[in-house]
Amino acid sequence: MPTPALLHASYALAHAPDLIRYGSKPTRELARDPSLLDRMAASLRSWSDALAYAPNQTFIGNLSPETLATRPRPWTQHPIEGAQPVGPLGRMVNQIALYGLMKLSDDFDLLVLSEVVARAARTALEGQINVGERLNKIVGVPDAQLGHIAETETGLPLFHDGHLAGFMRAAHAQDSSLGADILLENLACKATAVLALSDAARRGPMAADQIDYVINTGEEAVGDRYQRGAGNLAKAVGEVVGCANATGSDTKAFCAAPVHGLIVAASMVQAGVFNAVAVIGGGSLAKLGMKFLGHLKSGVPVMEDVLGAMAFVVGPGTDHDPVIRLDAVGRHPIRAGSSPQAMYQALVVDPLARAGLKLTDIDRYAVELHNPEITLPAGSGDVPTTNYRTLAALAVMRKEISRDDIDAFVAQRGMPGFAPTQGHIPAGVPYLGHARAAMQRGELSRVMVVAKGSLFLGRMTQLADGVSFILERPTTKDESFRPPSLVIRQYGEEGNGA
Amino acid sequence: MELRGKRVIAIGEREGVQGPSLKLLAESAGAEVVFSVTQCFV
Repeated sequence: MPTPALLHASYALAHAPDLIRYGSKPTRELARDPSLLDRMAASLRSWSDALAYAPNQTFIGNLSPETLATRPRPWTQHPIEGAQPVGPLGRMVNQIALYGLMKLSDDFDLLVLSEVVARAARTALEGQINVGERLNKIVGVPDAQLGHIAETETGLPLFHDGHLAGFMRAAHAQDSSLGADILLENLACKATAVLALSDAARRGPMAADQIDYVINTGEEAVGDRYQRGAGNLAKAVGEVVGCANATGSDTKAFCAAPVHGLIVAASMVQAGVFNAVAVIGGGSLAKLGMKFLGHLKSGVPVMEDVLGAMAFVVGPGTDHDPVIRLDAVGRHPIRAGSSPQAMYQALVVDPLARAGLKLTDIDRYAVELHNPEITLPAGSGDVPTTNYRTLAALAVMRKEISRDDIDAFVAQRGMPGFAPTQGHIPAGVPYLGHARAAMQRGELSRVMVVAKGSLFLGRMTQLADGVSFILERPTTKDESFRPPSLVIRQYGEEGNGA
Repeated sequence: MELRGKRVIAIGEREGVQGPSLKLLAESAGAEVVFSVTQCFV
């Protein structure tokens, strides 16, 4: 029976300052008070500011969470000098490249770009992404034609640096599920997931054609009026990236979906049903600018200006790949209570007990990793720290540590939040790439990933949800092992069976 | 605060105390919970 392991993790951030206006909160607030648009525009970050932002650099692996913890705050005022858009765990792209990704992911000519933007986008993406002939889809129209389309058709104008850059068409006159706002949200999610999965296929051990199942865990809702949210964006993304031998499906569980997806993927691999499973999630356009009012009030930049995305590959591991332990999966059962203590009892204490482990046997916990610099100005607190203190309190109650050791527990086994507030993106999984690298360096043995989902938001239940799993360093026999250097694989290039 | 005989709207928070827990607490203190919900602020 194969042992499922985390073979690869890729992350992506797409800077999208001119799409913030179409986030859910800005859309509602701007309709109420259009003058907010100018105030918001004045507080947007430039590409270079977003690139040099320490949490973003941590997300793509150029900075470790441990180093981030030592950086001076606020991070907005202490940029990383010489910040690079490509890191060992992923990449950042600017808005022009994002528009290009959306165009090459658009199979129904819904997105119209200006010629100038299309040309720049194609140049930005050339040689950077494995999408085969799809780069040729990035073509635009003259400005006059774009202006005419924007004036006469139903849809949403897209901007770059305040100028008209494109137009998103509605796909149906009466179907709100195919309205331009919904399609823009879905296309942005697809395009960013394409970027992350392309990187996984370029840089990971499995080429696109070796991946035989894709699980999408994004928060989009793809479908028309008769099957709103029916989904399978997984297969749509796999198609773009060249996963010709894969099928797929979506796992929906609010923010906890990626961890559910990874558990399903690991189970499929262990059962031998599929050999290499990609778990992906694209960005949430709805959550752009979610806390912009708090940011404006506090005089800080509007920091919810990036779409996040990720792609993980799960398959049979070698001696060097961290193992996903399916004997210690945590779940929040329907019968469990909803207090923080009850949640963590179910998600952490119970699975650890099943595995014969204590809380202090876990080197590092990856909980909700929302960047506190985004949430604090809006009054939402420091989410990771709150979670780590709850875990430490549980360790005290179980007499594993003393009350005086709470701060040390949080510092040693926690980390600062570094993920954008993109719902499913921060839910534990941003640490997986760092964890894999640290395990390969021999610095960590055991990490627990814990995610929670807000099921109650859909008004179908009052329940919350959560799942967890343990990632463990295998006992390697080869002490001379060093983490492999970066190998870039081109589109259509077959895998080597590694 | 005396909750007995009072009507309560319970608004919980995912990362703090959730709506169902607040409802249980308020009811155990003798209140009538007319609405409870949990919000997610992240």
